[in-house]
Amino acid sequence: MSNLVEARNLTKHFESLVAVDAIDFDVHEGEAFGFLGPNGAGKSSTMKMIGAVSPLTAGTLQVLGMDPARDGPKIRARLGVVPQEDNLDQELSVYENLLIYGRYFGLPKGVIDARAAELLAFAQLEDRRQSLVEPLSGGMKRRLVIARALINQPDLLLLDEPTTGLDPQARHLLWDRLYRLKQQGVTLIITTHYMDEAEQLCDRLVIMDKGKIAAEGAPRDLIDRYATREVLELRFPVGAQAVQAQQLGEIAKEIEVLPDRVLLYTDDADLAHARVLEAGFAPESTVSRRSTLEDVFLRLTGRTLID
Amino acid sequence: MSIAGSLRVVEAGARVYRRTWRGSVISTFLNPMLYLLAMGILAGQLVDDGPGAANLQLPYLTWLAPGLLAATTMQAGAVDASYPVMAAVKWRKTYQATLSTPIGVPELVLGHLGWVTLRITFVAVAFAAVMALFGATTVLEGLAAVPPGVLTGVAFAAVITAYTARLKSETGLASLFRFGIIPLFLFSGTFFPIEQLPDAVEPIAYVTPLWHGVELCRGLALGADYTFHPLVSAGYLAAWTVVGGYFAVRFLSRRLIS
Repeated sequence: MSNLVEARNLTKHFESLVAVDAIDFDVHEGEAFGFLGPNGAGKSSTMKMIGAVSPLTAGTLQVLGMDPARDGPKIRARLGVVPQEDNLDQELSVYENLLIYGRYFGLPKGVIDARAAELLAFAQLEDRRQSLVEPLSGGMKRRLVIARALINQPDLLLLDEPTTGLDPQARHLLWDRLYRLKQQGVTLIITTHYMDEAEQLCDRLVIMDKGKIAAEGAPRDLIDRYATREVLELRFPVGAQAVQAQQLGEIAKEIEVLPDRVLLYTDDADLAHARVLEAGFAPESTVSRRSTLEDVFLRLTGRTLID
Repeated sequence: MSIAGSLRVVEAGARVYRRTWRGSVISTFLNPMLYLLAMGILAGQLVDDGPGAANLQLPYLTWLAPGLLAATTMQAGAVDASYPVMAAVKWRKTYQATLSTPIGVPELVLGHLGWVTLRITFVAVAFAAVMALFGATTVLEGLAAVPPGVLTGVAFAAVITAYTARLKSETGLASLFRFGIIPLFLFSGTFFPIEQLPDAVEPIAYVTPLWHGVELCRGLALGADYTFHPLVSAGYLAAWTVVGGYFAVRFLSRRLIS
């Protein structure tokens, strides 16, 4: 298995701010690789360096076997980029956006037309071919940005926060499309602060916090390694939480106190729940659930992904 | 830096323009025609009938028209290099989209200025046609003013692209037009010879690129006498273009490739 991206000691400073702090990672061919972390963790800065539109401050980076500083245009010719904010040309039609973008890659119009037809079908925008972009829904625009990023049949697709700001239905449709791409063998790199997105899409991921990598692995492995099997969430009346939490220590392996709830890490949430009630606690509400990447993040950093 | 890449940016400009040209018709064609009508023909009759006529040795409309062509191309260049660049950098971020393809900032700037050159040429030729239509000049005289007119417009477009590349908000663009373009339009020898200005202010006009553009247009179209050698004026405008283009690349790189 060859590596499409190899980063060693990768570092990015913006004046005094350290956005990416000497991280190492590899992205293998054909996998979906994720950067999971809260806003400001350094995910987008890392993406821009991979996309050859942001010079490194220090370290080394190889993308498709090339050096972004020297071979930027050659690298970008083989990348698809889905930026965090839609940057479609709102004055143009759906098709014209694909045409102009495809021409930037030097593709002949005939090739673009053939691919546009396929990509619009893939993005479920066939009947919008001649529509202007401006009135499209957020989900449609996002799918168009993805279709546009595929016009050059990239070896590597970079998706920066692909579903931020979309409603649940639009997100699921988008996940389905990305899953299909993965099945077709397209290598994906995804940044996200949604743990469900990372769990759904990523074969492997790194958890980023404050410019550093806190952990690396497959989603399930990370959960096994850093969290218990299950979690019991308890909500106490306002003000009573901190006092109650101190007395819960016996019941769970570990306890995390959040502003609005207490998390008990345990192998059996229902059993823990029973013991909580037995011990005379009276939480206002309880939820028992499987551990997620959110819990991994919480336990590694002491903070939630979305604050 | 690849010329092929720049040509693709020119092509994109043309494709976008095919969608959006309607919005620019009034500013690029109708307004200059109204100026030619109001100032050249209507106010011009007063000039021609008055004591100032001897100074011009030409009908005022004829004297005005080539200078107004340069002022018009300046405005077209300024318009193309201001709000559309702001939109591409900040509002719609289409430059970021372009730069995620093999196109780099130098190609982007050269292509942008290339497209602006084409559009300004179109504006200048149309204006020359209107000049002939109004009887200000012959068709050939009008066309002779097109090349220096285009050079004037591109010089402004290059410098203003660099200026816009650094702007955080569009208030800077309103100021540019209010304190830069409109005063230049009025006081750079377009509507009256700069000898009319107070002596202390007159040298300032020599520094403004529009005055050189007006000189060249009037000289080529009407055979009017030059203050400086025409190559000095042309070189001056070319220098503005090159320096503007250079800083446009620098500032856009700093902003978009960070």
